[in-house]
Amino acid sequence: MSRGLIIGAFLTLIFASLACVSLLWIPYDIETFQIPNKLKRPNWDNWLGTDHFGRDILSMVMMGARTSIAVALLAVGIGMVIGVPLGLFSAARRGSFLDEFIMRGNDLIFAFPSLVIAILITAVFGASAVNAIVAIGIFNIPVFARLTRAAALPLWERDFVLSARVCGKSEMRISVEHIFPNIMNLMIVQGTIQFSLGILAEASLSYIGLGAQPPTASWGRMLADAQTLVSIAPHVALVPGFAILLMVLGLNLMGDGLRDLFDPRIKKDRA
Amino acid sequence: MNLLSIEHLSLSIGDTKILHDVSIEMRPGEIVAITGESGSGKSMTALAVMGLLPRGSVADGLILLENTNILGTSESDLCSMRGCSMGMVFQEPMTALNPVQTIGDQVAETITIHKKASKHNANIQARAMLRRVGLKVDPSRYPHELSGGQRQRVVIAMAIALRPKLLIADEPTTALDVTTQATILKLLKDLVTEFDMGLLIITHDLAVVADIADKIVVMQKGHVVEAAATYDLLHNMRHPYTKSLFNASNHKVILPEYRPSSPFLSVESVTRKYNLPRVKVFGLRSTFQALNGVSFTISHGERVGLVGESGCGKSTLTRAILGLEEVQEGQILLDGQAVFTKKVVNLSVRRKMQVVFQDPYSSFNPRHRVDRLIAEPLHVLNNKIMGKDRERAVAKALEDVGMRPEDSSKFIHEFSGGQRQRIAIARALIIEPELIVFDEAVSALDVSIRAQVLDLIAGLCQKRQLAYLFISHDLSVVSTITDRVIVMQSGKIVEQGDTHQVFSNPQHSYTQRLIASAPKLPEIA
Amino acid sequence: MIRYTVARLTSLIISLIVASLVIFSVIEVIPGDPASFMLGINAREDTLAALRSEMGLDKPLAIRYFDWVIGMLQGDFGNSWTYKTPVFELVADRIWVSLPLAIYALILSTLIAFPAGILAASRRGGVSDVTIMGATQMGVAIPNFWFAMIMVLIFAINLRWFSAGGFPGWSDPIQGLKSLTLPAISLALPQAAILARIMRSSLLDMLSEDFIRTARAKGLSRRQALWRHAVRNALIPVITIIGLQFSFLLAGGIIIEQIFFLPGLGRLIFQAISARDLIVVESVVMLLVFTVIIVNFAVDITYAIVDPRLRRKS
Repeated sequence: MSRGLIIGAFLTLIFASLACVSLLWIPYDIETFQIPNKLKRPNWDNWLGTDHFGRDILSMVMMGARTSIAVALLAVGIGMVIGVPLGLFSAARRGSFLDEFIMRGNDLIFAFPSLVIAILITAVFGASAVNAIVAIGIFNIPVFARLTRAAALPLWERDFVLSARVCGKSEMRISVEHIFPNIMNLMIVQGTIQFSLGILAEASLSYIGLGAQPPTASWGRMLADAQTLVSIAPHVALVPGFAILLMVLGLNLMGDGLRDLFDPRIKKDRA
Repeated sequence: MNLLSIEHLSLSIGDTKILHDVSIEMRPGEIVAITGESGSGKSMTALAVMGLLPRGSVADGLILLENTNILGTSESDLCSMRGCSMGMVFQEPMTALNPVQTIGDQVAETITIHKKASKHNANIQARAMLRRVGLKVDPSRYPHELSGGQRQRVVIAMAIALRPKLLIADEPTTALDVTTQATILKLLKDLVTEFDMGLLIITHDLAVVADIADKIVVMQKGHVVEAAATYDLLHNMRHPYTKSLFNASNHKVILPEYRPSSPFLSVESVTRKYNLPRVKVFGLRSTFQALNGVSFTISHGERVGLVGESGCGKSTLTRAILGLEEVQEGQILLDGQAVFTKKVVNLSVRRKMQVVFQDPYSSFNPRHRVDRLIAEPLHVLNNKIMGKDRERAVAKALEDVGMRPEDSSKFIHEFSGGQRQRIAIARALIIEPELIVFDEAVSALDVSIRAQVLDLIAGLCQKRQLAYLFISHDLSVVSTITDRVIVMQSGKIVEQGDTHQVFSNPQHSYTQRLIASAPKLPEIA
Repeated sequence: MIRYTVARLTSLIISLIVASLVIFSVIEVIPGDPASFMLGINAREDTLAALRSEMGLDKPLAIRYFDWVIGMLQGDFGNSWTYKTPVFELVADRIWVSLPLAIYALILSTLIAFPAGILAASRRGGVSDVTIMGATQMGVAIPNFWFAMIMVLIFAINLRWFSAGGFPGWSDPIQGLKSLTLPAISLALPQAAILARIMRSSLLDMLSEDFIRTARAKGLSRRQALWRHAVRNALIPVITIIGLQFSFLLAGGIIIEQIFFLPGLGRLIFQAISARDLIVVESVVMLLVFTVIIVNFAVDITYAIVDPRLRRKS
């Protein structure tokens, strides 16, 4: 259990709690503007200050946490639920036309950065949190498919899989009983990483207006609104940015920590 | 004066003591072999001489290469010595070379790094050295274009390019075929004579040691147990460990007599071709013939060996017999039924055969407990065995292989290599198949463990009628554990017959070459 | 090598074709009637009809697709509905900002990441390694547009080393580059963090390989073994990452442009989305995807040149 893992888990937990609490309660209502209260520095009433519309920044950060986590989590979900079985299937049928076809399909999606997918979708369907989820999720599919396949392929050559085949077990059964449990750790680590990437992607999309629309709060949107205020009231621009930074940092530390925990391979140093 | 003097060498890495008071002497031009099983510390001794110990090592004692104490020499001075006054060859030729540099460049680098010649001259010398080690390949080739034996020659060329006084070879031929091994060992012997070099060879193979060494040093768990000139040691073994080592290497099992019976496995004119990638864009695809009209049978209770070198088609044949791969021509029948059944699994065929693989560290799913691992073949039975019956079956299988029923609740990583192979055999036996394929099943084991497993197999034959196909590159093992032997070369069977007959009176030239190349242990009087 | 190139080329062409089909379907097929989508519910019948004939919506789908593709191959990307100018002209101006920005950022990213990654790997566990790993851990977590804002705050507003935005054109190359510098750094730094980690990881993998041990046995020092053998091998897998990086930089650049008021593809595309100018969106997306596919092709070929195992198979 490394320090990084503990710190990372702690940070992630803080934001997760903020998001969960926001489902039940937030300090101030953010849908009404309170102009007289605008641009206050952090004080005892508003722990993180207020923005240019007088809205409490702490409340917005909590709501934003909910948006970011929901979008990123669902996007990872899409990626895993579709990508992992595709990868397992591809590895089980390695070398076949189907395998080739799936891999080419993955490469194709890789040619479309998630921003571009988002552009395409929002141009036709309009901007919303759901479209952001779909755009980020679609890009996650080949990430997981490729990783799963790459991890599964060498396992198919291992003797214990050959042994299972000699016992007459079907490909699907082997994929479930033997292959998947041995790549699960990798999936968890990658899931954490894609989650953190999803947070960044969601922030980028809502920054340019292609993600969650107001009145739903999102950290990216907060930064977009704060852009012109950077010199006048820096806290409005700094707080959401730090929120993103800390959340992503926490997830990355946790991911790295999990990776070391699962596979503490001490690499030989031949030099 | 000695070329190499290791005096009271002790080595610890972290808290573990690896070497205890090791002393070895070597004269110029002498061939000294260090032998022992895994964990004996032989490789560490070699690395200590080169000054290439891992970080965190603490070494005590003296290692004198002529006048220089390696342990007291600075790293930069050691760099000047390595490749120049001492060279080293390692075990795995397939990964020993830089994949993106030509072999000529890699050999020339030894020369240029010690500033012994200009780049141009170094290339000329490198080319000459590659020829000297018997490589008829252009120096502009890359390692991936060479076979294992060829790559090992390149490594040797790199090590001796500057004619060092001492050459260390750590298991230089273990990863190579028997015939290739013979030529590499001969090459080393010739180089020693020509260059007046000392050779420190490390190997677990006692037959190799007996063949090549002037002096033998036996190590066990970091101690030198016995050391003497080869002839003296072989005829006057003093230490009990040395005796047990040699006995294990020469181990013979007693098989119950084979009574001729009806054919059980029938391989008929099997041919298997692989498509090779196209060389030219619009050229024809060439094919590689892995198996070419292979036919043989195994009868009930018959124990058949299969020998051959890499590329002979052994592995393809094994997969075909196990029903894992299709063949283009011919058929393979087990008790009258085809073994390969495409998508639909034929459980009654699967019920009759099982397999034990070579690598005890890769034969098991690391996430499953032993009882689940052993019980896996029960999948093929029509009436699934559950609960208490399953436990009983697993316990019985474990007992049959000399282990305890309590072991079934542990994970596989808690067991040693030899124990794992026993568990692998238990897994193979649980459904009481009539045919077991042993695919190099004892090749990865230490000599003494190997003897025990061979005894186990012989013992199993006493208790039940068991037919098996024993695949191995080790002729001495095959000669003792089989009734009949099949010799393969380039996808064809070149000779088959009664084991004793074939080994004492080989008919085919390839079989003769194979048997002549295999190093033999002299019979101890 | 030729076989490999031909295979990659075929792959490239197929990817382009499929990508264009996807884009075409999303833009022209899914909305149902692109014309009424673009003009809204209250559009007049004659404007609708004019747009429909301009877009060739009365022709069958297959013909429309082929017209579009052939048009693109000739450089005709249609006319923007909002600007009433050929899309080609709109894009040509903008791409001279977006593309150099992405390349500038890529160069900066590589120049920072490679030395950092190599240093960290060669001093594994030491102070420099821990520091670099810490810095990259932060760098990976920073949203690049927020980083850009902070850069503007520090370097443009407080220190006044750079202007806070705008692009004066390429007539004076130095000024042009200067105005792209802060944006390029904002883009490059987070990507450099990722690249440095990958470089470190790749190098550590190489350092545990057997051929390094062989090199040391020949007499190479640790440093010589690192530079002559490990680094070259470690670079090879990293090259493929650079291709992926480029597509992220291109996409990221589109966002960064907003902060620095750069007249690049970003502004064009976002205005087009809000104006529902599907023709512009379609062409720009196609262009972006085309660039990514071409760059990946170039990376694949470079990979084959650098790794002899792909060139000659025995």
